[in-house]
Amino acid sequence: MTNMTSGIGASRFTFSRVAIYATLILAAAVYLIPLVVMLLTSFKSPEDIRTGNLLSWPQVIDGIGWIKAWDTVGGYFWNSVKITVPAVLISTFIGAMNGYVLSMWRFRGSQLFFGLLLFGCFLPFQTVLLPASFTIGKLGLANTTTGLVLVHVVYGLAFTTLFFRNYYVSIPDALVKAARLDGAGFFTIFGRILLPMSVPIVMVCLIWQFTQIWNDFLFGVVFASGDAQPITVALNNLVNTSTGAKEYNVDMAAAMIAGLPTLLVYIFAGKYFLRGLTSGAVKG
Amino acid sequence: MATLELRNVNKSYGKGLPDTLKNIELKIDDGEFLILVGPSGCGKSTLMNCIAGLETISGGAILVDDADISGMSPKDRDIAMVFQSYALYPTMNVRDNIAFGLKIRKMSAAAIDEEVARVSKLLQIEHLLTRKPGQLSGGQQQRVAMGRALARRPKIYLFDEPLSNLDAKLRVEMRTEMKLMHQRLKTTTVYVTHDQIEAMTLGDKVAVMKDGIIQQFGTPKQIYNDPANLFVASFIGSPPMNFIPLRLQRNEGRLSALLDSGQARCELPLSMQDAGLEDRDVIVGIRAEQIVLAPSEPNGLPVIRAEVQVIEPTGPDTLVFVNLNGSKVCCRMAPDDAPQVGQSLNLQFDPAKVLLFDANTGERLGAMSSPQAHGRADNVAQFKGR
Amino acid sequence: MSSVAVFSKASPFDALQRWLPKLVLAPSMLIVLVGFYGYIFWTFLLSFTNSSFMPSYKWVGLQQYARLMDNDRWWVASKNLAVFGGMFIVISLVIGVFLAILLDQRIRKEGFIRTIYLYPMALSMIVTGTAWKWLLNPGLGLDKMLRDWGWEGFRFDWLLDQDRVVYCLVIAAVWQASGFVMAMFLAGLRGVDQSIIRAAQVDGASLPTIYLRIVLPSLRPVFFSAFMILAHIAIKSFDLVSAMTAGGPGYSSDLPAMFMYSFTFSRGQMGIGSASAIMMLGAILAILVPYLYSELRNKRHD
Repeated sequence: MTNMTSGIGASRFTFSRVAIYATLILAAAVYLIPLVVMLLTSFKSPEDIRTGNLLSWPQVIDGIGWIKAWDTVGGYFWNSVKITVPAVLISTFIGAMNGYVLSMWRFRGSQLFFGLLLFGCFLPFQTVLLPASFTIGKLGLANTTTGLVLVHVVYGLAFTTLFFRNYYVSIPDALVKAARLDGAGFFTIFGRILLPMSVPIVMVCLIWQFTQIWNDFLFGVVFASGDAQPITVALNNLVNTSTGAKEYNVDMAAAMIAGLPTLLVYIFAGKYFLRGLTSGAVKG
Repeated sequence: MATLELRNVNKSYGKGLPDTLKNIELKIDDGEFLILVGPSGCGKSTLMNCIAGLETISGGAILVDDADISGMSPKDRDIAMVFQSYALYPTMNVRDNIAFGLKIRKMSAAAIDEEVARVSKLLQIEHLLTRKPGQLSGGQQQRVAMGRALARRPKIYLFDEPLSNLDAKLRVEMRTEMKLMHQRLKTTTVYVTHDQIEAMTLGDKVAVMKDGIIQQFGTPKQIYNDPANLFVASFIGSPPMNFIPLRLQRNEGRLSALLDSGQARCELPLSMQDAGLEDRDVIVGIRAEQIVLAPSEPNGLPVIRAEVQVIEPTGPDTLVFVNLNGSKVCCRMAPDDAPQVGQSLNLQFDPAKVLLFDANTGERLGAMSSPQAHGRADNVAQFKGR
Repeated sequence: MSSVAVFSKASPFDALQRWLPKLVLAPSMLIVLVGFYGYIFWTFLLSFTNSSFMPSYKWVGLQQYARLMDNDRWWVASKNLAVFGGMFIVISLVIGVFLAILLDQRIRKEGFIRTIYLYPMALSMIVTGTAWKWLLNPGLGLDKMLRDWGWEGFRFDWLLDQDRVVYCLVIAAVWQASGFVMAMFLAGLRGVDQSIIRAAQVDGASLPTIYLRIVLPSLRPVFFSAFMILAHIAIKSFDLVSAMTAGGPGYSSDLPAMFMYSFTFSRGQMGIGSASAIMMLGAILAILVPYLYSELRNKRHD
């Protein structure tokens, strides 16, 4: 993220400048409060939660919420890892190959295919859930992480292809022509010329897919209940149980566990995250 | 080192779409420098891609050394190309850029080193070998792109507007350098440009294209002095040729036309005497340098008095604009002879040197008696295409 | 061509090279045709059958759609979507544009502030729902905090209020997505031609006038894109409802996505569930088609 600004106003110290900063800081506080509350609550004892309030400091830092939460959802955390890692890698790889063909090796019908694929970015998954679940069942992959990997790869293709296609379209095709005249073939051109240039878009795609798949709930709850469910489903089940006393510290710790991986990715690779959101999602 | 021949080459992107290339016929000898010139969208780049094998042709044949290469893939054609955008591989340094094609062709490492050394010395880019393309200036990138082509030692070089991304000064420098390089290496070259000055200065042969058709194919001199039609006449030359719409009349048995500058009129006798031209609308073409100040004593040539509208000093010459028959007409004069705006001048030009074009079709009319027109039929007419 | 040696027979390697792009794309083409369009058609078919717990292919015409239209819960869900979607989109756009303009005033630490605004977008809707469910908890959440801070009469129990629970969804969704809208508009603002703004300044236009009359109108495409994405999020919203209210109290905070899931997978009414999925597809198309139409038309103008 560059620090380039196009701001119009002068940067003099005036009343309006103070008002602008005050508004921005207030807004930042509002955005931060839920995260702060989650953190504070997760370290409180149940007693503390009842007597204190959302933003009160814990009387004693109590790790029991985190321990209980990990006991409940920890296993599903690893399910999410087992689903996300292969699904992200496979869908990114296929997307890269598709994007390469769709930009550099167009053939009759490839544009039509791209149009059809693009619609997949807007597809409400509810319209494919039932047939997909029949298929997953037929394949014997119901309630397995493998089944979820398959589903995420298939329905992630639209976005991964879009990312790479749009990236490669901006690369002059003279590069491919030059390589062809130099004697390079289809895979050589991809591996030796284009792939080394693709680091930014690979990052964007990996991060986009990671957040999408890690955060997915719909596919998780439909295709994998029980032992194979991802952490989002486990978290949802935890916060929606009506049996026993509500332990909000456990809920919040579990929510933090579910949210931390994507949050960390965002903090450390925010540039690519933003670029994915705007480039991929905007230009449909 | 090779001859290149295109036989009736056609290219179409599908039924219903207009042809991109129509019946392209041309042939150049070993070591010749061919220019394909024309406005954007005229098909010149498509034609070049077809020669390279990057696009397939829909009909006809492309022959190198009399062997048909139309069906071969680009890598087997032994052709190297320099692109307008240079198309340097951005993640490889200069050395690897030059060596890439050789590596793919499984040349030994020692031979590759030798070749890179030879080429980089030739192009004076030895100090750049470890840099990435992004770290090079436009002119340096251009050299590397040429180096990549030279290293392959191909039968034919293709240049796709290689100088158009350079600034004006560098472009002129590189133009001279390319001509030197070609004189030294004598490799058959096809060079695409939209710049008519490059076409005139670099080419042994020039093919002027428009709408997928070769309008004229000949030496730069032929193209300049003896254009096949209005389009070629207007495209080649700077300032562009003057065009004056006229109506031909037969007067005392001679064809003539009336010139009108607004303040004077004069009868322009034409040397051409073809029957059937009377009462026709034609366009008279005359180059700026052929319009001169009339000497004080009559010399037998018609004189017309005209008022100067605008003058444009260019340094070596001054361009003087007057109005003839409602058209702006440019005369090229020595700066010392240049008049003031509003002044009236006595101008004259040799009626024998003017070119006549059909006002409707743009075709050249009749054989001229001017000396330049000799020998036109044998090398121009058959390639006109229309 | 008789005197010419002919090499037009391509080698097997060349032939393979020529087919490679198609071969590489083929699996994806198959996946898209079957997994996208085939499955949509399959769902479409199911919506005309009497499928319940198991798919059945007994044709019942538009009966499932008729049942859907008679279903009070579907209407609640649809009405909720209209309220939720409308408020979510409008509020997110207003906040996003407002923050983007403020951030565009040569703000120090802009990158840091932007990071804070945008982070909720990285979270799962389930996490967002969980957090806001706790924040809005009647009795222990904001409710109690504000009373603790001295606002004695403060009551906040919308999560339990059938008529207001949908606003809780709006609050959480706006919190998650408005930062993203901000980021889109900030990127758009940075792309505005500075010379136009300078020209307006030279003409003596005030800052608010410049933004309202010149800058924002030039960001029309960003508005459309943001609208598309927000509408898409709204229509697909399932996880947020699931985590935050589970559709309750009763089914007062149901959304179509929730309705579809619960009829199809919990209540064994595949037919009506499929019909509702097709209705959702219709809603997406109703937004998407005009959008794509205008996009393509603009492209042709370029």
